[in-house]
Amino acid sequence: MSDSIDILNALALMTNFVILPALSYGSQLALGALAVTLVYSVLRFSNFAQADSMSFGTMIVILLSSYLISKGWIISGVPTALLVIPVAVIGMFAYLIAIDKLVYKHYRKIKAKSITIVMASIGVMFVTGGIVRFILTAKAQKFADGERFIFSVREFKAFTGMQQGIALKTSQFLTITIAILLVAFIFYFLQKTKTGKAMRAYSDNKELALLSGINPDKMVQITWLLVAVLTTIAGTLYGLDKGFAPQQYHLLLLPIFASVIVGGIGSPVGAIAGAFLVSFSEVLLTYAYKKFLMYLLPLSMHPNSLVQLIGTEYKYAISFVILVIVLLIKPTGLFKGKVIVDE
Amino acid sequence: MNSINNIWHSYKSIISFSLMGFILLFVGFNQSWTLVLGIINLSLISAIMALGVNIQWGYAGLFNVGIMGFAALGGVSVVLISQQPVVEAVDAGGLKMFFALLTGAATILLGVLLNRRNVNKWIVGVVVILGYLITRNLFTEASSLIEDINPGLEGYMGGFGLPVGLSWIVGGLAAAGAAWWIGKITLSLRSDYLAIATLGISEIIIYVVKNEDWFVRGVKNVAGLPRPVPYEIAMQNSEWLRGIVTWFNRADLELLSQSDRLAQLTELMKPASVVFVKLCYSSIFLAILIALIVLSNLALNSPWGRKVRAIRDNEVAASAMGKNIKRQHLQIFVIGSAIVGIAGALLVTYDGIFIPTGYQPLRFTFLIWVMVIVGGSGNNLGSVLGAFIIWFMWIQSGPIGLWVVEMIGSNMQEGSSSLEFIEDRVHYLRLVFMGSIMLVIMRFSPGGILPEKNKEL
Repeated sequence: MSDSIDILNALALMTNFVILPALSYGSQLALGALAVTLVYSVLRFSNFAQADSMSFGTMIVILLSSYLISKGWIISGVPTALLVIPVAVIGMFAYLIAIDKLVYKHYRKIKAKSITIVMASIGVMFVTGGIVRFILTAKAQKFADGERFIFSVREFKAFTGMQQGIALKTSQFLTITIAILLVAFIFYFLQKTKTGKAMRAYSDNKELALLSGINPDKMVQITWLLVAVLTTIAGTLYGLDKGFAPQQYHLLLLPIFASVIVGGIGSPVGAIAGAFLVSFSEVLLTYAYKKFLMYLLPLSMHPNSLVQLIGTEYKYAISFVILVIVLLIKPTGLFKGKVIVDE
Repeated sequence: MNSINNIWHSYKSIISFSLMGFILLFVGFNQSWTLVLGIINLSLISAIMALGVNIQWGYAGLFNVGIMGFAALGGVSVVLISQQPVVEAVDAGGLKMFFALLTGAATILLGVLLNRRNVNKWIVGVVVILGYLITRNLFTEASSLIEDINPGLEGYMGGFGLPVGLSWIVGGLAAAGAAWWIGKITLSLRSDYLAIATLGISEIIIYVVKNEDWFVRGVKNVAGLPRPVPYEIAMQNSEWLRGIVTWFNRADLELLSQSDRLAQLTELMKPASVVFVKLCYSSIFLAILIALIVLSNLALNSPWGRKVRAIRDNEVAASAMGKNIKRQHLQIFVIGSAIVGIAGALLVTYDGIFIPTGYQPLRFTFLIWVMVIVGGSGNNLGSVLGAFIIWFMWIQSGPIGLWVVEMIGSNMQEGSSSLEFIEDRVHYLRLVFMGSIMLVIMRFSPGGILPEKNKEL
């Protein structure tokens, strides 16, 4: 390691260990948070089953892709999981619609308080989690296949001749690209298409929307369809990146809720901004800055400790602290979300 | 008509409870009395926990998803109150740790004060971050000093060495403190923020308990907690228990010779001492449960209780009458959480060992909620009944599930892959089963088995 100040290598280090991981984790959270926000605006409850639904969607993907792999039907270089996502979305949609028919529909009909529906969604959360664990057990597993890297650290070093390399994992590349495309599509859908406009109208003022002839059942179905797309893709991308474990998925619930509330519940832009705020805080606060500072500081000032602000074991607490701070300072969130009162 | 209805309702609870009693007796005669007493004891603890949740949900409609965390606080206080202090560890790092925590508290206080004075947000941020860094530095040093002392057996500061009964109260107070803080932040906001915040705080409490080894030994567990009741070994030599056992088995014992009789008696003393110890626990738990129910019923019939019911039944009208709804909700949330904390302390006392990894949201938060919903939300007796029913089902669904698997298995070949598939996973079905019970009851009989009387819907 050189004793002079080396900004370029420090930046490479930062990109490799902070920016890329945080960007991909943030994209995964953003998709989950968008799903929560959609359910919240149209169906008017906080969906506690979101994180476990993500593991359900990933489960379908894992089952389908392992079947394809066992048959040898793969395209080399491409993760098989990506190929089966369309089918998995259909499966996820069927499951969500079935749950809606069996559970949530009744509470909409009797105009139950939103907290009652929240409680029902916790029941759904445990049933869903139970099904996933029954089928795949609670063990952690990896299901990514194909090329692991777009370019690896060694290739990058050989290409640039720098000390620190940057690796771009396939999963990171896919996560960021797919998230951008999907978010663009959702916004286009909500802003430009007739159905999307109807959905926003329905979410803004239910009575008025019903008077203008918007079919409420159709709105509910389309919401669940969008949620199925977001949930399956978010779950699959997270799994490709970090591996699949039901408990880890279950714990995503708090970061997702933190993202939604930080951004302003009910606001799609807010959900995305919130997700990146949460992901960057998590990665920045748990990253050990020792090596980074060694590149930037003269030899005499090199740190002895890891220079880590918070131990990795407390990364879960970070989203909670962010949540509490936002609730204390600005409960409506950064992008003024709506506040739905019980009817 | 109304009075007939009322009589039917009162009989309904008596019938349900005696049915539950008969089922337990049946298990006692057919399986074993130790098992039944184990079920009863844990049901009683669960009933206390469910009572706390029921007070929050039934009296104020507050949705607490952090039962696990409040129960864990109770468990922690058992360790901190009843364990003997580890003198070397306290000498080594006690003062430093105290100073580190003091610095942390001062930082938070300073941050809050500066924020109230409307000082520039950036300055507040810098002050808090600096304070945090200093605290963290002191803290790491102190905790490693403490953890280095005899880590195989201790590695923590121990407790105060006080009687274990005191820890139940302290557990309640600790949970009440946490609840007050959470409630203060979220209760003025929308109702599901409380749910999200309690979910978060409970996970964080568990993370802290698991990771801070200097505190309560982390995942290394704390075993050998003092007990409020005598030990089985001591009871086996007690004269009067021997007398009772002899009297119960006099017909069998008279047939035996002198030496055989003594051997047989010693053999009989073993289960008898276990049963006796469990009965001691049962009576403690039952006494606490009854006291809490009586107290909460008294409270509900007092002027305070009338205010609670008025707010519950019509928040707008009560607020127009000048009742402070937020303060009321905060009180109820704190009281309910304190009861959960007490139950958590009782549970660890009963286990005699503190195992942080045992705190699973499924076992605590979710199961307790199923108990409250099934028993009858809003009705205290209902949640007691719900606790007994659900805990019984939870315990017995394991053996029943295995039995079903074996029945299926007898028709399949030994070691077939699909049989192994099911055997590995059958316990996860309990999750699905309990979730479905909760959803079905909520959907088709929202009042539960013992619905609350004169509840307006």
